[in-house]
Amino acid sequence: MSKMYHKEKSIQLKSSASALYNNLSVLRIAPRCITYFTVVHANVVNMVSASWDGLNYSHRQLQSKEGNVATSSSLIMQAAWCVLPSRDLLVLTSQKGIQMYESDGSIMVYWHALDTPETPTAKAVFARGIAAVREKYICVGVSSGSVLVFDVPSKGSNITLSEVLEEHKEAITDMASECSGNLECIADLVSADDSGLLCVWKSGEDFQLLNKIPGFDTSCSSVKLWKGTVIAGYGTGQIRLYEGVTGILLAEVNAHARWIYSLDIAPFTGLIEHMYNECVTDTQICGARFCDGDGYAFAVTGYDLSEIIRYTQA
Amino acid sequence: MSQRTLPLLIINLGGEMIYILDQRLRAQDDNDDKTQRGRWTDDDRKRVMNDIVATMFNKAFLEELLRPQDLYSHRALRTVLTRLAHASIMRLNQASMDKLYDLMTMAFKYQIVLCPRPKDLLLITFNHTDTIKELVKDNPSLVNQINEAQRQLIEVYTPLSDGDFELIRHTLLVLFQDMQIRVSIFLKEKIQNPNGHFVLQTSGPVPYGFEVPGLIRYFNAKGQEVRRTRFPSGGNYTSALRQGSFDLSGDRVTILGTNMYNTPSSQEMDPSTTSNSTRKQKQADTTPNPLATEELNLLAKLMGGMEVQKILNVDTGFKVNLLALDQEEEGIGISEGTAHESSRVINIQATQDQIASTELARIAGEFDEGGSLTEGPGNKGDDLLAMMDEL
Repeated sequence: MSKMYHKEKSIQLKSSASALYNNLSVLRIAPRCITYFTVVHANVVNMVSASWDGLNYSHRQLQSKEGNVATSSSLIMQAAWCVLPSRDLLVLTSQKGIQMYESDGSIMVYWHALDTPETPTAKAVFARGIAAVREKYICVGVSSGSVLVFDVPSKGSNITLSEVLEEHKEAITDMASECSGNLECIADLVSADDSGLLCVWKSGEDFQLLNKIPGFDTSCSSVKLWKGTVIAGYGTGQIRLYEGVTGILLAEVNAHARWIYSLDIAPFTGLIEHMYNECVTDTQICGARFCDGDGYAFAVTGYDLSEIIRYTQA
Repeated sequence: MSQRTLPLLIINLGGEMIYILDQRLRAQDDNDDKTQRGRWTDDDRKRVMNDIVATMFNKAFLEELLRPQDLYSHRALRTVLTRLAHASIMRLNQASMDKLYDLMTMAFKYQIVLCPRPKDLLLITFNHTDTIKELVKDNPSLVNQINEAQRQLIEVYTPLSDGDFELIRHTLLVLFQDMQIRVSIFLKEKIQNPNGHFVLQTSGPVPYGFEVPGLIRYFNAKGQEVRRTRFPSGGNYTSALRQGSFDLSGDRVTILGTNMYNTPSSQEMDPSTTSNSTRKQKQADTTPNPLATEELNLLAKLMGGMEVQKILNVDTGFKVNLLALDQEEEGIGISEGTAHESSRVINIQATQDQIASTELARIAGEFDEGGSLTEGPGNKGDDLLAMMDEL
């Protein structure tokens, strides 16, 4: 039975959202009854923690830094939480490299610099696409098409680059790990790039490529993996569902009249059918996330908008 | 971010600037305000247009733009565009240039935000070059120059992927982030809301290559469609129109990037058709913004009348009211942050050309000699500026 959503009170941000793919990340901390939201604005990440009773909000801003040197601004491409069994880390990807923070953004625990050429080349250099995989991996994509696999210990800052996966030839746009919680799934990770190519991986000491699903000459901006099904949003406004390991196309949705910027699924629902649509007037949406695993609430961000708009089921 | 953004930025912004200046100089010609000295004739206007276009499409200038590089800061950008505006006998004082910059950036921002597919940024650019070509069509060598520039753009940009264009679009949107200046013509045409955000339609044709939303198709393992369902898309969309042409000339299909100041509504704002009743009606429609009026008052107090000089020789300057918010002259109504049409004349005494050139010289002086790359927002583009001086 289809349930209606209604608009809730928005959360104000310190600065507006930039027009980036997947520009909203949500972390639910049940023991403390709060939810964290992050939204990228140019070279700053706005973090808001919202208490579930709606009474307390606190803000923090993280600036993109290169190691210990505060140099001229480096634009951030994405910020996302990585939930691992033993710890949650906040990962930022920018033109200069990758930074990992403790989940509240208080301490930077790791910094990885990208190789930037001496003189500007025609190809931009940046990192984009973040996913936590299984117990101990954080995978980050790069504009060259490489996927960097980081080995993360259960605590401390001894994070190491364990592998570089070279299958994509175009810039990585998004990455997603299996989110159903089902440990029997073979595929652990899917990566997407600007040509629309999807790569499906199995994690391990050496990551194994399970399948390559070609694109159709349009960027895949946002991707999810659920019970082995790859759900991908494309620049043509379409969403496609593939069986990850075989590459079989299961369904195709003509979803939007513009480029899709962000897509999310609520892992505990198991629904693939249209339930609801809403139009945020005069706003170009750049981030969309469910706030909980049941899909009870979701939030969106928009370009030039200094608030997070929320919807909950009636 | 994207190293390929600058040419599109300069050509589109320059194009908007040319549209505005052309319209203003034409309006100037019709203006029968007897208090002005130095009328702008049609020949004067053509001369200004030709000079500016020649500078903008100069071969060496374009080569410098097309070199892969980071985007300029707003400050450097404004300096380059000011130099461009001053490529001829026309001079704008600081305040006029500020308003011009605001208007052209908001116009281009509108085009970027509304751009249906990232690749359409190129079509928008071509709309600008097409229209500029039309403006200077009496000058064959200039038309050739523009064609040559367009060929270079085609060569550089057609191989780029959608993802590359999306990155260019993103780079531009970062530059224009949070710019919410309300522009009278946009508010009037209902393409901008009073809060400064642009109106986004949820109806009309979908972009080329898109399907109309609202359909789900299910497939079996053999790739055959087994079921279809429909859902309400929340909008009122129709099939895509044909693709715009990416050639040297052709139907671009999109109207973004065309000269909006030539639309019938701007004709209605022609001073010769203004009547008392129209003015009164406009006054009734608008909601005054007290804060903006305060700003305008302060500006007026500080600066006097906003005017433009026409330079025939350095000694005598001909003063022209280019960007006045005058009750007799509706003009473009370039108003910063207000839709209040009944605002009084901003009588800003013209800054003498000497002061204007000193201003630019001062800004230029802040750049490093020799174009060495040191940190600081003002240093980008000094190669470009040096080159413009030589033109």
